Amino acid sequence: MELILVNLIDGLVTGLLLFMLSAGLTLIFSMMGVLNFAHASFYMLGAYFAYQISLFLGFWMGLLIAPVIVGLLGALVERYGLRRVHQYGHVPELIFTFGLALLIEELVQFIWGKDQMPYTVPEILQFSAFSIAGNAIPAYKVFMIFISVGIFIGLLFVLTRTRVGMVIQAALSYPRTVEALGHNVPLVFMGVFGVGTALAGVAGVIAGPVLSTFPGMAVVLGSIVFVTIVIGGLGSLSGALVASLLIGWITTFAKAYTLRMEDFLSWIGFHKPVDMSESLLRDVWTLTSPQVADILPYLLMVLILVFRPYGLFGKRDA
Amino acid sequence: MRKSIKYGVSAALALSCIVSAAAAAENVKIAFIDPLSGPFASTGSNGLKQYEFAADELVNKNGGVLDGRKFEIVAFDNKVSPKESLIQLQVAIDQGIHYVVQGNSSGVANALTEAIEKHNRRNPDNRVLFLNYAAVDPVLTNDKCNFWHFRLDANSDIKMDALTDVIAQNPDIKKVYIIGQDYGFGKAVAAAAVSMLGEKRPDIEIVGNELHPIGKVKDFTPYARKVVSSGADAVITGNWGSDMLGLGKAVIENGFKGPIYTYYAAGSGITAAFGESGKGSIRLISEGQVNPPYSDRAKEVYDGFRARYPEGNIDMPRIFNTVDMLANAINEAGTADDVVAVAHALEGMTYESMWGGKVYIRPEDHQAIQDINVLVHTNEGITYDYDNSGYGVLLEHKVEMASADSPTTCKMKRP
Repeated sequence: MELILVNLIDGLVTGLLLFMLSAGLTLIFSMMGVLNFAHASFYMLGAYFAYQISLFLGFWMGLLIAPVIVGLLGALVERYGLRRVHQYGHVPELIFTFGLALLIEELVQFIWGKDQMPYTVPEILQFSAFSIAGNAIPAYKVFMIFISVGIFIGLLFVLTRTRVGMVIQAALSYPRTVEALGHNVPLVFMGVFGVGTALAGVAGVIAGPVLSTFPGMAVVLGSIVFVTIVIGGLGSLSGALVASLLIGWITTFAKAYTLRMEDFLSWIGFHKPVDMSESLLRDVWTLTSPQVADILPYLLMVLILVFRPYGLFGKRDA
Repeated sequence: MRKSIKYGVSAALALSCIVSAAAAAENVKIAFIDPLSGPFASTGSNGLKQYEFAADELVNKNGGVLDGRKFEIVAFDNKVSPKESLIQLQVAIDQGIHYVVQGNSSGVANALTEAIEKHNRRNPDNRVLFLNYAAVDPVLTNDKCNFWHFRLDANSDIKMDALTDVIAQNPDIKKVYIIGQDYGFGKAVAAAAVSMLGEKRPDIEIVGNELHPIGKVKDFTPYARKVVSSGADAVITGNWGSDMLGLGKAVIENGFKGPIYTYYAAGSGITAAFGESGKGSIRLISEGQVNPPYSDRAKEVYDGFRARYPEGNIDMPRIFNTVDMLANAINEAGTADDVVAVAHALEGMTYESMWGGKVYIRPEDHQAIQDINVLVHTNEGITYDYDNSGYGVLLEHKVEMASADSPTTCKMKRP
């Protein structure tokens, strides 16, 4: 029972982290109608910038400054890159972001090398906040939860309660009308892109110390972020939240509890072959859930695409 | 047979005379096929640095092999993909390269050794040797062995044999948790650990035996929770690259205090990232001792390496053995182009390693037999730290000529 609670907390941390990435990506998607392949690269940049800053000014300044730099970079990319490519249609935009992702990875390797970076949790947070049945919950995890929940609430407030938020929402659905009303829509787009990438930057800053900072970190997380927003429904913020938490909990519980394919297959009425070494389906029979945990979200995505192509909370057809 | 050797030797001599007379001799090219991009890039590129330095320091500085032919390392990026590796192998062969070194991932090594076997059968006048310096799946020197494959690293069974010897002597260890990456090597480690512990210390309980997807896990916390709640006294893992660091960090962070026995938890930034948290906890099973340095020659080489790569580590001393042994074999065979002769020279070779002990290549399966060490991650008594972190690995136990008499199922066909 206690272990369930521990796993709920672990899954929550994973899910919230995923949310910070997918929130920005889904906002950018609903704005431009284009998936930003370089999104996870901005996450990586966040981690590397924060590491570099933390060497001189400490972790906290890194947390403050790095996302701002990443956001500014993102805004510049939108202003001088994407906006120019936009007129040629969606495919060039996709290719542009894809190339950008490769470029950023190479650049990071060029500057920092290919090794793991010794970017660590600040000393003030290196203790366990509390423990449940012998399982310590590090203070840093609690800190991660607070940061991401804070950002979610802040984002929700800005989008739904402020004038800027209403302009953004209107610009997302009816850009021409909003432009006709005298708002600077390109500026709004640039802002949203910048904030979206800055969010990815924050995720990088706080995830870097626990998930390790290395040039492959964007690749490892990149695909799962797309899966998240497809499951949640492209362009839906609440969908992104629900899907992130869902994925966080599914993967955590699949890793924590060893569910065996053998039991499942027997339960639905198949009989286990006596001589396994000869069976064609040997690998299927011996599968366990921790073995496939991080692949389950992809399975979920396929199911969602089959039964509900516009995602859990999506409004338009995919 | 004898006649053909005579002809071969005289032909080679004549050829080398012509070549050396013509101009500076052609380089002996060695194809390095390993990941230089993606999640395991750091492991691959650090290996490359060590190869390049070893070639220069041990061979080229002394005038090269034969009549002054230099070693040249040619790097190919395989992205740890067997498919990509086969393409790169073909490119290397097309460039006229006769020597392939590879180490990261036994899956890749498996694909390469099969492809090279096939290639050599079909192209007897353009054969290739495969020097495997780190892929440790036992099958490569057992069922899937072939004449063209040499393994300069100890295979995972040999390492596990040495490791379980050490664990068996430690009465404090009563429960062991085994976790690894879900592929050939990870499974081989787990199987060996279970069978050898069962033999040497039947009282030890295996409280967990688990596999996770390779290179895909973002957060190891749930796995770590299971390790901690299982009450294990020690963890055994064959993980490498970012999977090693992720697992180790999560296990320590979530309150595990016992030893974590690993195959690959050093260098490539991993030592620096573990830092203080891994002190006295992370253990490494490896050949070659860096701390304390075994010989003056080792010190000299390491200092030279430091001077050239201030950020680099010698975390695979066997690379230096590999390069030097290949050079010796070429000199002994008197040719660098007839790989059959070079392979015969490598078989049964006994080599005095600067990193301690001897390296003997068993002719029956081409497995190198050497001293295996258990090293501990610490910052005390370290001469050569890793990642400029002040931390390094220190010799704790040594098993001399580990598993020299281990059985093999290899039935080698010789050309």
